[in-house]
Amino acid sequence: MRTGSVPAVHAAGLHKSFGKVHAVRGLDLTVQPGEVVAFLGPNGAGKTTTIDMILGLSAPDQGSVSIFGHTPRGAIARGQVAAVMQTGGLLRDISVRETVQLNAAMFDSSRPVDEVLARAGILEIADRRVEKCSGGQQQRLRFAMALVSDPGLLILDEPTTGMDVAGRRDFWTAIRTDAQRGRTVIFATHYLEEADAYADRIVLVRQGSIVADGTAAQIKNLASGRTVKASLAATEQGLLAGMPPVESMEYDGGRLTVRTGDSDAVVRYLLNNTGAHDVEVAANNLEEAFVALTGDDAAPESTSITFEGDLV
Amino acid sequence: MSTATVVQDRKPSTGGVNRTFLWIEIKRMLRNRRTIIFTVFMPAVFFFIFGLSNKDKLLPNGHSYGQYILISLTVYAAMTAATGAGSQVAVERAQGWSRQLRLTPLLPGAYIAVKAMAALTLSLLAVVAQFVIGALAGVTMDAQTWLTAGLVAWLGSLVFAALGLFVGYLMPSQNVMQILGPALAILAMLGGLFMPIEIMGETFGNIAKFTPAYGIGQLARSPITGEFDWAWIVNVVIWLVIFVAGAAMAFRRDTKRV
Repeated sequence: MRTGSVPAVHAAGLHKSFGKVHAVRGLDLTVQPGEVVAFLGPNGAGKTTTIDMILGLSAPDQGSVSIFGHTPRGAIARGQVAAVMQTGGLLRDISVRETVQLNAAMFDSSRPVDEVLARAGILEIADRRVEKCSGGQQQRLRFAMALVSDPGLLILDEPTTGMDVAGRRDFWTAIRTDAQRGRTVIFATHYLEEADAYADRIVLVRQGSIVADGTAAQIKNLASGRTVKASLAATEQGLLAGMPPVESMEYDGGRLTVRTGDSDAVVRYLLNNTGAHDVEVAANNLEEAFVALTGDDAAPESTSITFEGDLV
Repeated sequence: MSTATVVQDRKPSTGGVNRTFLWIEIKRMLRNRRTIIFTVFMPAVFFFIFGLSNKDKLLPNGHSYGQYILISLTVYAAMTAATGAGSQVAVERAQGWSRQLRLTPLLPGAYIAVKAMAALTLSLLAVVAQFVIGALAGVTMDAQTWLTAGLVAWLGSLVFAALGLFVGYLMPSQNVMQILGPALAILAMLGGLFMPIEIMGETFGNIAKFTPAYGIGQLARSPITGEFDWAWIVNVVIWLVIFVAGAAMAFRRDTKRV
């Protein structure tokens, strides 16, 4: 992480309600330039609502957003942020090339249309009417439109929904190649594999707030580790200071819960050095961790895991 | 990391009217077969049905039937064209295009201005087409009359471009013209475009004076009737203000909700 650089996104204390539904509840997010961040959560977790607020398409009830130090509108006017939305946003009755030309014309300076079409892999269908394009081609057209202003930040909202496996892979190859040039990318997804395969950093959201935030490796580690549970007298809590390093530890009502990548070491320590009893060891897999962290029945306060440090 | 990650601050784009946008808008309209049918063919068919056989007769109010009908139907053609063009925002909203445009620097005012210009382009086409058909069918008027009537019909269509935008922002329907089409025909009839006000009877005649096509029709025909009334101008201005205010309100409501 460079010090002194302006964050690509800085969102603080975002809240948004629709009637009685509190869609986003106090969400804070800072993304540094060059990061590729997956915004991972089940449907209805508030991902799209958050993205709309980041882009200025809707106003937060509370909280603030800045993109490269500007308001969302200011960043859009400067061509510093662009987005690939889930659906819509295309005129059916014009060609692929016209669509990009039209989008490019809105900016005082923009990349050459053919270059952008080539980068999105749709140069060969440039003269096709939008209504005749497949879902995957339309999605790459949205990607091409997002590239015309050469934005520092690209936001994708569930970009591969409804695409087949090959289309999805082609799309991500294009995004990934582009991100290697240093563009900051934030994408929302509810596919674990997408977050795992394409993001440097994963932000897990559930019910409108962030429940875990770390590098893909850290999240995977968390997910692939084990949970050790044991009964422990309250008087022995001080002994836990000598435990081998663990990812998280909670003590509540005589019961200890430890998340760790090395359950053997934790169990050995507990049995050798404390009076721990009724020891249980359970394996987590990625799917279970995701469900545990983002499922509706998970208690909000029990699962907020943030990894500090090497986020770039 | 590469220099690409160092984001240099940029100047904001102006977001004003641009030629590419206007040109693509016009191309889209001209490609739309339904638009062309509504704006060019239908009024032409009306002219052949109602105007041609009687073109050399005189109306009960003493004016040339052919001239009167031609100018009236030209006003009708222009207003249909402009309304249709304006109402296309309903389709664009349904397709999520309005939302997409909010991710560009384009200012809302510039969008409306381009829509108005595109509407005026289409209504100009409607006016010219109608006049060519009328001239070919043998209607004669002096140059001054062609020009004045044409200009009034053309510029007056701005009122209806605003109506189209208003309804386009208000209604979610993709088939907004299926509702607007009959509505326009009723407004045209009440405004004296299909038959002279004088033969409509007193009640309808009085109602007619307050409808939005009335003022434009009376002004467009004034070169052949030789009449003029400030009330016609007032009629046009009031309806323009009502429709523009309605469009602005509906637009604001729309962008808040999305």
